Amino acid sequence: MDTGKMTALEFESVSYRYPSEEFDIIDGLSFRVERGSFHCIVGTSGCGKSTIFRLTNGLLASKAGRILVEGAPIGGGRKQYCGYMPQKDLLLPWRTVGENVALPLEIRGGSSKAERRDRAEAALEDVGLAGCAGKMPHELSGGMRQRAAFARTMLTGSDLLLLDEPFSALDFLTRITMQEWLLDQWQRHKKTILFITHDVEEAVFLSSSVLAVADTPIRSLLEVPVPADYPRDRSCLKRPEMTDLREGLIDLLRKQVKG
Amino acid sequence: MKQACKADLPALIFLFALLLLWQAGATGMGAAYILPSPTQILVRLWELRIPLFTVHLPATMTVTAIGLAISLVLGLALAAAMDSSDLVRRMLYPVVVVSQTIPTTAIAPLFVLWFGYGIWSKVLVTVLITFFPIAITVYDGLRAANVEMTELLRTYGANRWQIVRAVKIPCALPYFFSAVKMAVPMSVIGAAIGEWLGAKSGLGYFSRRMMTQLDGAGVFAPIVLLSAAAMLAVGVVALLERKLVRWRGES
Repeated sequence: MDTGKMTALEFESVSYRYPSEEFDIIDGLSFRVERGSFHCIVGTSGCGKSTIFRLTNGLLASKAGRILVEGAPIGGGRKQYCGYMPQKDLLLPWRTVGENVALPLEIRGGSSKAERRDRAEAALEDVGLAGCAGKMPHELSGGMRQRAAFARTMLTGSDLLLLDEPFSALDFLTRITMQEWLLDQWQRHKKTILFITHDVEEAVFLSSSVLAVADTPIRSLLEVPVPADYPRDRSCLKRPEMTDLREGLIDLLRKQVKG
Repeated sequence: MKQACKADLPALIFLFALLLLWQAGATGMGAAYILPSPTQILVRLWELRIPLFTVHLPATMTVTAIGLAISLVLGLALAAAMDSSDLVRRMLYPVVVVSQTIPTTAIAPLFVLWFGYGIWSKVLVTVLITFFPIAITVYDGLRAANVEMTELLRTYGANRWQIVRAVKIPCALPYFFSAVKMAVPMSVIGAAIGEWLGAKSGLGYFSRRMMTQLDGAGVFAPIVLLSAAAMLAVGVVALLERKLVRWRGES
């Protein structure tokens, strides 16, 4: 990661221990993510990759070290510096899709109801859900719900997006469509995206470089650049260097499962 | 509407069969002061309509309404307090649960001694019977609020009150309606018990007076009225629930 460019997110020897555990699941971890990049964090389940997100979005407080977003440390009441999107879409079933999408604006305050509705409608239109603002969440399909959740994440207004396995509950065809759609969104909006997945193929297809969790406790992230340019389509996955990369990552993760 | 009738048809047929059986049994026995037949009860209800509907039904409904209102305020306040503070929960929860082992009906005569024959002794019985299910059920509803949704809102920088409004109250609303649907019939029973023990008016009092006159049908007539009132009230609550809770069962 080039230090010359602006850093969107930086961990400075961060440690964290869950109260119920005997060891630090994250142990002196340092890494930085440059602005405008797209990284996937891959690792086996339970390796602690979601903990990295929960530390960044402030749901957990680190034991030691500093976390900087856009060069400034988090905490101290700093709000909406990152957009967090969990695996489940978590659309509130008692609100319309539009009201759900407007939730970050509503919580930030200082906007009128009409203003929020307009911005929610615009955000929905942007993710290809024009005219869905008045519907209830259960009227949308799985892929549409994830897009609505993404629109909601966008309305946090932050440049750093943390997506935690957002497509893992979708069926295969919907998932690959959503991957292409997400790349398109990323290129248009110039956001910094960190994307957790355990699907190696998904990681290779999406990332500019993959950040692999090689062992638990997490002391470092192994950065593996992906040899393909954007815009991409799925045919690039068949290229020999891409399949090699995929197999290499699978080997790396399997070693950890056995170990 | 048509479909709803179809769904209830087996229950209606069964109920009708039971009433027929009762009618046949009561007619065969011919002791109306012990077991009046359904038709005798209906006839008596019609004969007594003036005092029942103008004096005793309003008296009981007043007690029920006041008791239920106090229970709602008390129960909701208790649920909110227990949800917002761990100390309050540990202080109150066990006490509230244990208080339910006290047989309210057995100590109700004391309330008559304390508060007299007016409505307040009856209101107290009603409150003691109904506030518990409201407090505990609503508390459970607030607890059941989706943790992940709460966390998501926290990442947006939501404060406590915003989380309560956006997630906790909507999550607890179905629980609240379940509690009210339980509490409504219980409050009617509570009011009737209170009146039975000592009152100057009310359906429970009226039923007891008929008992002393060995008027079997007269005992049953106000009871039929009581159940009808309770059913009607539950129906109204259910209708309100359908208007306000559109998402029950989802998520």
